[in-house]
Amino acid sequence: MLMPGPKSSVLSRITPQLIILGVALLLNVIVLPDFFHIDFRNGRMFGNLIDVLNRGAPVALLAIGMTLVIATRGIDLSVGAVMAISGAVAASMVVDGHGWGTALLAALATGGLCGMWNGVLVAVLRIQPIVATLVLMVAGRGIAQLITEGKILTFMNEGLIHLGAGTIAGVPTPILIWIVLGVLMMLAVRRTALGMLIESIGINERSSRLAGINSRVLLICVYLVSGFCAALAGVIVAADIKGADANNAGLWLELDAILAVVIGGNSLLGGRFSILASLIGALIIQSVNSVILLSGLPPEFNLVIKALLILAILVIQSPRISYLLYMLRATEPRQDPGQSKPKEEAAQ
Amino acid sequence: MIRSTHLPLIITLATFVLAFALCGYAYPSMLSTRVVANLLTDNAFLGIAAVGMTFVILSGGIDLSIGSVIAFTGVFLAVILRETSIHPLMAFALVLVITTAFGGAMGALIHYLEMPPFIVTLAGMFLARGAAYVLSTESVPITHEFYDVLQDLYWKAPSGGRFRLIGGVMVLTFLVGIIVAHRTRFGQNVYALGGGQQAARLMGVPLASTTIGIYAISGGLAGLSGIVFSLYTSAGYSLATVGVELDAIAAVVIGGTLLTGGYGFVAGTFFGILIMGLIQTYIVFDGTLSSWWTKIVIGGLLFAFILLQKGLTWATQARQRTVTGSAAPS
Repeated sequence: MLMPGPKSSVLSRITPQLIILGVALLLNVIVLPDFFHIDFRNGRMFGNLIDVLNRGAPVALLAIGMTLVIATRGIDLSVGAVMAISGAVAASMVVDGHGWGTALLAALATGGLCGMWNGVLVAVLRIQPIVATLVLMVAGRGIAQLITEGKILTFMNEGLIHLGAGTIAGVPTPILIWIVLGVLMMLAVRRTALGMLIESIGINERSSRLAGINSRVLLICVYLVSGFCAALAGVIVAADIKGADANNAGLWLELDAILAVVIGGNSLLGGRFSILASLIGALIIQSVNSVILLSGLPPEFNLVIKALLILAILVIQSPRISYLLYMLRATEPRQDPGQSKPKEEAAQ
Repeated sequence: MIRSTHLPLIITLATFVLAFALCGYAYPSMLSTRVVANLLTDNAFLGIAAVGMTFVILSGGIDLSIGSVIAFTGVFLAVILRETSIHPLMAFALVLVITTAFGGAMGALIHYLEMPPFIVTLAGMFLARGAAYVLSTESVPITHEFYDVLQDLYWKAPSGGRFRLIGGVMVLTFLVGIIVAHRTRFGQNVYALGGGQQAARLMGVPLASTTIGIYAISGGLAGLSGIVFSLYTSAGYSLATVGVELDAIAAVVIGGTLLTGGYGFVAGTFFGILIMGLIQTYIVFDGTLSSWWTKIVIGGLLFAFILLQKGLTWATQARQRTVTGSAAPS
């Protein structure tokens, strides 16, 4: 809705997000003048900017999968619980003496399985996405508790810890992971027809099915990717604290991920999407967190500020407001007033 | 003949009776008025909030903010009773006005901005939780003699069960909810809205006032639930009742209400609450099962009831197709 015509470049698509990110970073600089200062000590980069990139990794990873899900007019509420499950799987594997590679693969497979479960519920059984993923959101933490047997499962496996707290060439591993996965995913959806097919499902699933798109398989794949991203985020969070906490790992991160996608200007009503914009959205959230933290403002205000942020975006994204703006701009208001209606009707 | 519209409610009832019978078979002491009374007392706040959620879901919406509103209410009451000397009843009235207005404002945003209820109430959830944090991050005890008076109100059944005031408030809320849903014009409007917005508009349902009313009810009942919760715990804590909205949604679904809206019964939610409470009680009685089994069993039940709803919808559609003789897909 926000975005201009399809021919405009990527840059103009993400301009609003870049401006918001710029403002958020500027606030950081005002609070802490040497915010951009990056140290290189003990073969690792240090600095507040690096922290923002590093701490934002889980939400950024979730946002990649969530963008695709939301582009199909769906939503995945279970990602937080999937993070807890996969973190628990990875931790229990290394505690049982398996290597970190096996543990990582097992965790990713678990996440994929969870995603596939959601996908089958949505695509085959035709359950609304909110409800379908709610099942795993409710039961998921219980399953994670079952795996960790109710404890916080701690581990000392160097390889696994490296994923969350280590560095590669001085850059913290989580940053590399989300950037690489983000780039791969962007290439996958934009260098092939995949992205377009996903968008067509989000805009009108029936007509895209009639046009010959195998929406069922595509939908399952989209939820599978979301589960996979959540699993990766879960492993990173577990590795970061050297333990799997079934109660608190990824708690409420599904909401942050959705927020990142919405800040990225992607419509919750499906259709056109931009993974890049969602990733910038994740960084915006983390920068705002950082401002609150650095300014010494009580962290209690964090949620209030987030809420106001969502409200502001809602007002901007609202079909009615954009229609009003359109009417104000148009010299000859001859647009059919039902402009925003077809999507609603499709939902009935 | 049993009408198919009542089938989900009947299945919920049957599930409850079956579950209670199984519990009684495994632990005969569970069949006492004491357990029943505790079932009502322990689930009172959840039940009251679930009535509001039933209205929201019947209208085809969703309200994610209620857990936060309950926490906000508790903290607000605790702080206001500590800082000022106003009577708790005044504070109750004040907080109910605030939460009802809060819900109504969300309803207005949903209607006038044409945004999905999911994201608007998500913002409301952050806002209410944030407001609770800003008031106090610590657990604030409530020590007012009026609270002691209210907490000591109970009716003792002959066999020892204590039916407390808050359980009674829940039952009363359900009764009023049933009457409003099935016997008033507003209730009919809610069902019409859930059946389809376009159709409701064409039928002359006042969309704006109905939507705002639904979310105001949900907010107000979340406020009442917060009052009950503060009576239950004698404290206000901003981290309390995280995720209650999910429990409430689960109770509504297990109660047989269709999540797409337009279909369901407030009474079903009551049994949904009781089934969930029963699972918890069983796990407490068993002693060897860990508490996280509650979540898994509730998740499983949720899944079963969603499948049931789907099956019924399919069956109805198939019958309609054969009746009308047309092959038009839904």
